[in-house]
Amino acid sequence: MSKDKSEYLINRKDNQYEVVIGLEVHAQVTSESKLFSTSSTKFGAEPNTQVSLVDAALPGMLPVINEYCVKQAIKTGIGLKAKINKRSVFDRKNYFYADLPQGYQISQFKDPIVGEGKVILDMPDGQKEVGIERLHLEQDAGKSIHDLDPKNTFVDLNRSGVALMEIVSKPDLRSPDEVNAYIKKLRSIMRYLGTCDGNMQEGSLRADVNVSVRKKGSKVFGTRCEIKNVNSIKFMQMAIEYEANRQVDLIEEGQSIDQETRLFDTKKNETRSMRSKEDAHDYRYFPDPDLLPLEVSDDFIEKLKLEIPELPDEKKKRFIEKFKLSPYEATILVSDNETSNYFENVIKKSDVKLATNWIIGELFAALNEKNLEITESPISAGNLSKLINLIKDGTISGKIAKTVFEHMMEGDKDPKKIVDEKGLKQESDPKALEALIDKVIDDNREKATEYKSGKVKLFGFFVGQVMKVSGGKANPQLVNEILKRKL
Amino acid sequence: MSDITKQSLSELIKNIKDKKLSSTEVTKAFVERSEKSKELNAYVTEDFSAAINKAKIFDEKPNLDLKLPGIPMAVKDLFCTKNIKTTAGSKILNNFIPTYESTVTQNIWNEGAILLGKLNCDEFAMGSSNETSFFGNVQNPIDKDLVPGGSSGGSSSAVAAQLTPITIGTDTGGSIRQPASFTGTVGLKPTYGSCSRYGIVAFASSLDQAGPMAQNVKDCALLHEIISSYDEKDSTSIDFKRNNYSKELTNNIKGKKIGIPKEYRVDGMPKEIEDLWKKGIDYVKDCGAEIIDISLPHTNYALPTYYIVAPAEASSNLARYDGVKYGFRADGENLIDMYEKTRSEGFGAEVQRRIMIGTYVLSSGYYDAYYLKAQKVRKLIKNDFDEAYKKVDAILTPSTPSSAFKIGEKTNDPVSMYLNDIFTVPVNLAGLPGISIPAGHDAKGYPLGLQIIGKAFDEQNILNIAYAMEEKINFKNKITDWWIK
Repeated sequence: MSKDKSEYLINRKDNQYEVVIGLEVHAQVTSESKLFSTSSTKFGAEPNTQVSLVDAALPGMLPVINEYCVKQAIKTGIGLKAKINKRSVFDRKNYFYADLPQGYQISQFKDPIVGEGKVILDMPDGQKEVGIERLHLEQDAGKSIHDLDPKNTFVDLNRSGVALMEIVSKPDLRSPDEVNAYIKKLRSIMRYLGTCDGNMQEGSLRADVNVSVRKKGSKVFGTRCEIKNVNSIKFMQMAIEYEANRQVDLIEEGQSIDQETRLFDTKKNETRSMRSKEDAHDYRYFPDPDLLPLEVSDDFIEKLKLEIPELPDEKKKRFIEKFKLSPYEATILVSDNETSNYFENVIKKSDVKLATNWIIGELFAALNEKNLEITESPISAGNLSKLINLIKDGTISGKIAKTVFEHMMEGDKDPKKIVDEKGLKQESDPKALEALIDKVIDDNREKATEYKSGKVKLFGFFVGQVMKVSGGKANPQLVNEILKRKL
Repeated sequence: MSDITKQSLSELIKNIKDKKLSSTEVTKAFVERSEKSKELNAYVTEDFSAAINKAKIFDEKPNLDLKLPGIPMAVKDLFCTKNIKTTAGSKILNNFIPTYESTVTQNIWNEGAILLGKLNCDEFAMGSSNETSFFGNVQNPIDKDLVPGGSSGGSSSAVAAQLTPITIGTDTGGSIRQPASFTGTVGLKPTYGSCSRYGIVAFASSLDQAGPMAQNVKDCALLHEIISSYDEKDSTSIDFKRNNYSKELTNNIKGKKIGIPKEYRVDGMPKEIEDLWKKGIDYVKDCGAEIIDISLPHTNYALPTYYIVAPAEASSNLARYDGVKYGFRADGENLIDMYEKTRSEGFGAEVQRRIMIGTYVLSSGYYDAYYLKAQKVRKLIKNDFDEAYKKVDAILTPSTPSSAFKIGEKTNDPVSMYLNDIFTVPVNLAGLPGISIPAGHDAKGYPLGLQIIGKAFDEQNILNIAYAMEEKINFKNKITDWWIK
């Protein structure tokens, strides 16, 4: 682990403060049905249309564990290089709320399904390891809707009982940037595994953020505050920045920090106290007597290990070793499975170096501009690889390729066809080029004389003129050679 | 045919199968007697005309291969019944009509039985006298103003008074066996995991079991084989090989080893209970069984353990009755106010007491001292039985420390009420099967029961022992029909 050169510190007068952050990420398990019932988990359905008798907690209804969700949690644990607990226990977390039909949430308290693991972050100045404390399975609650009616609150139970994985990090994060990298890496791993789609807009990934500060060099943790239920990376970063500064200000004023739960107000960009430690709920956790302890065999775990795909860290290593990519390039290309698949498809039949540059450069910029995912790219991997081959074999210049690329972005057309139709083929016939160059020199006699008398800078001018006259199609390499000879 | 309601289940089935009686005749007979017996207050919900209609439909095309062909029966109002109000004896569910059927009752209807109605019980099955029901006291047909036991008091009263040929109850700490004992009927609490809990309003999930209640052991065995089934909808249901309990019933118990636990000789136990137990020992000896003295050393701790574990689970199980989704709702200023008013008005005093006890023992700072400790003691109690069963096949004890008491006698003394469960509670804590059979009368002529406790999944064995003893005891219930004018 390299030493962090760009430490995130908060400065006040003579004091420097370090920020300590731990995250409790709630990741929705990718699964057709809920954790303890057979209702659908599909997003966006009409309110209360995906609610079974179990989800609505009718009298006498009993939870039955969804084996698929258990597998998903174990796979995620394997992806986090974590210890899989062969015996875990579901507990009841008791509290009253209108969108919690049972009056308790089924969660795992003392014995989670996954124990300690780790996540490697790729920071600009090197790698950083973040410890995972645990991962446990739990039910989501329903949704209370307060703004549809001035007097009433409406409850939608479609989410009630949906499986969540709560992934608890150790307090190893030290800056908003690291939080950004951590969430992205976690999401990337889960997307590779197919265990969570990581869609923050749909609430598939949310986090409780624990923040404390301490004087630089101190080994003791400060009192932490927990910021509840933040649903975007940007808001997490803003909340941390606000909260850390708030805590530092309190310390500088000689006040102490109260351990409490806070909310982040995204409109005002501030955190506000929700409840203090004294008001904290007593959840009266106890093992759910409706469910037996969850026991999985070694065999069960081993079979799941066989289903684990190559994960981003391993893929990055392979890309660097096999394709000689830089760590920076590899990190970008493995960030999600779709991108790395696209990359690997492009380089099946084309040059790696060019493909890397085109994907990271032109393609990402173009997709970004149109707000498209790689899976929605108008240019297929096959066509991009054709375009690269046209550059490589000299049919078109890199500059012309950009024009072709623009046409391709308008629709998935074969680059060869575009080149043919638009007459964009590179002029590489020496005779034709010579004629062209002769004409350019002829037209610029004075400049040619200046060049000969030592004004070598003018060479570029002549290249430009040739390219201009050729409509950009002249083979730049040949133009250089011939120009040198003629001038 | 006269006296239809006096016939046992087996007789009724035989008569229907032999076409000597139609389902309509049988159903009408029980409906008529139930109509005349309103003073017992055994029913919360009557479904009599629908029952007669169903009987007529059955008779049009009778399927006589079924195990309960056109047999009418009422069930405890803790079982959810589709489209029929299910209250659990509580105001908070007074308007609740399930859209689904419990597995246990479904098993019964699948065998051709017909629902007569829903029977009174203690509120959420919390009680030993049926006095905590929102729908009022139930009279014991044995004598006026006598409790029928609880929580399955409507069920015991209805079977003893022959308002239903058989019934089902639920037993969390003795709620089948104690009322059976108080009314001179037979009640079986099966092994935990034998009968599905799906669709039964939960009291204490790790203790609740449904079970049959009948006038004799054979009927009880038949009903048990019908209701016991593995059910994927209940994660605590156990997939084991179930017997045809009634078919395999035998009175041959020669050589069976019956344990007599010394710890069940509790202080202050009435002499007539002591005598009854002795008589029971003689009966099993007469049947050729061997008596062995055993020790269940942690028996004393069973009741306090139960009154931690059961309320703890109940406090959480009953959280869903919050006025938000179904059931009773009181108006409130805001959500919290609505919760408080709904639950204060919707739950009775005993239920509130247990919710508070349960909430307390699970609270942070008390959890280890109460709930966790109780779970450890529960394990010790189970270990006691495991040790005993290395030496014996079954255990014989009294069912209750006294005969039925008067209505109101113990309502102001919850601890004395709880003491009623002293012999039944350890069986639930250990998850074992237990059966109560009528074995004699006390000086007042009130019935007294003996309990046979078996190994897990060994219902056949305790049914056999009960069957053999029943023959020797030749118990006759003294029902005078005092309530019929």
